[in-house]
Amino acid sequence: MNAVLRTENLRVEYRSRDLKQQTKVALAGLDLSVQTGEVFGFLGPNGAGKTTTMNVLLGYVNATAGAAFLFDVNVREPIARQRIGYLPELTYYYKFLTAEELLRFYARIFEIPKNETETRIDRLLKLVELEHARKRPIRTYSKGMQQRAGIAQALINNPDLLLLDEPTSGLDPLGRMKVREIIQRLKNEGKTVFFSSHELGEVETICDRVGILHQGELKVQGRVDDLVKEHQCNLEQVFLKVVGYQPQAI
Amino acid sequence: MNKIFAVAGVVIKELYRRKDFYVLFILTVLITGLMWLMNFFHDEQIIRFIKEICLLLIWISSLVIAVTTAARQIPFERESRTIFPLLAKPISRWQVMIGKFVGCWLATGVALLVFYIFFGLVSASREHTLPVDAYFQAFWLHWQMLGIVIAMTLLGSVALSTPAANMTIVFIITIGILAMGGFLHKLAEHMAEPSASLLTAIYFVIPHLELFNMRELIIHGWTGAALPRWIDVLGGTVYGLAYSAFFLITACLVFRRKALN
Repeated sequence: MNAVLRTENLRVEYRSRDLKQQTKVALAGLDLSVQTGEVFGFLGPNGAGKTTTMNVLLGYVNATAGAAFLFDVNVREPIARQRIGYLPELTYYYKFLTAEELLRFYARIFEIPKNETETRIDRLLKLVELEHARKRPIRTYSKGMQQRAGIAQALINNPDLLLLDEPTSGLDPLGRMKVREIIQRLKNEGKTVFFSSHELGEVETICDRVGILHQGELKVQGRVDDLVKEHQCNLEQVFLKVVGYQPQAI
Repeated sequence: MNKIFAVAGVVIKELYRRKDFYVLFILTVLITGLMWLMNFFHDEQIIRFIKEICLLLIWISSLVIAVTTAARQIPFERESRTIFPLLAKPISRWQVMIGKFVGCWLATGVALLVFYIFFGLVSASREHTLPVDAYFQAFWLHWQMLGIVIAMTLLGSVALSTPAANMTIVFIITIGILAMGGFLHKLAEHMAEPSASLLTAIYFVIPHLELFNMRELIIHGWTGAALPRWIDVLGGTVYGLAYSAFFLITACLVFRRKALN
């Protein structure tokens, strides 16, 4: 299998403007590889470096050392993002646009032909159940609807790799279920999904493999079944062990 | 180019869905309309006064629209975090920046055209003539000047910390150049060194926005031979585009190096 997402000795440092403060190492030599067609859960406590990794993969932040590749193209090149879809943790879209205008805008960025764009918009709005609200400005949407509009924009280019940053965060149980169903459907279609989440039960259900990041280092990487067997406990307990959680007496 | 025009399209949609333009246009219409209805001092030449007020309002309104629209583009994208899903697509930062410029410039151009059509109607209703060539030159040069101001504001929006600071500085620089830009070298003659050399250098470096101002010609009805030749208008266009390109390239270089997190 080919690696669609790969990082090689990736290091990111944030230099403080205050001379007295030390440089913060957000990622310390991350080596990661996600294969075609797998669903990869990227786990770690807050501040572990998950968002920094996403930021490097999406070209928002340049690595201090090492490199990251999407489909063997360095992420510093915008074309590396031609075959990916990205869903941010929260909904960050132009709220004065309607859902279909938003999708049309992103389709133009991908240079999708006009008639193909309209077909995809119809299909995606049906998939995320937003057909009835397609002509309403996004600012009038509920949080769940906005997140579904986000899923639609992430799929407009029919991506081969999806990067999902805590896709079910802040959604009600129904919203979570819908997002999970969509991820499952994408998995069945053979898409590669890379997603970060704190919902370990969800990760255990959906993911083929996981990586657990702690303090900028990848502590564990492997198949969910293998990790559960090896540690003889569920994924949540594996996670707590890896990050060195010690229960304290109250 | 498709990506640049896609970004520009969103800027234009935002402008016409906001109320700024409509408010400024209605204010201009109201003030000019009131002037038009009244005939101060029974002056036969009152139309010059009306034209002067109307053009002044158009200059102020267009500057406000151009600066406020351009100043909020990148900071708004960063603050609302819409820049993240956008840059997660195959688009480079320079394409985003150029798209923002094209959007602001086109949107301001459309607004300016509406203002000038209104001005033409006001003027024609009293003077019973419509010097289309003069008004077109005035509109065109005005638009080129706004291009420089928009590019300068976009540079400020990535170099300065807040949109308010950016807008204040751009307004001061623009109004300063419009009022004093043409006289700086003459002022320098009366100054001691090194201030004289410094002021002379500033005179040669700044974009001379006052060159794009045809208000006096329009107000006093100087048409025909008094108008700039079309070759001069073309020269002004090239001059304007050169300064816009300089500010825009600098803005792209600054934006390219900015960490977004």
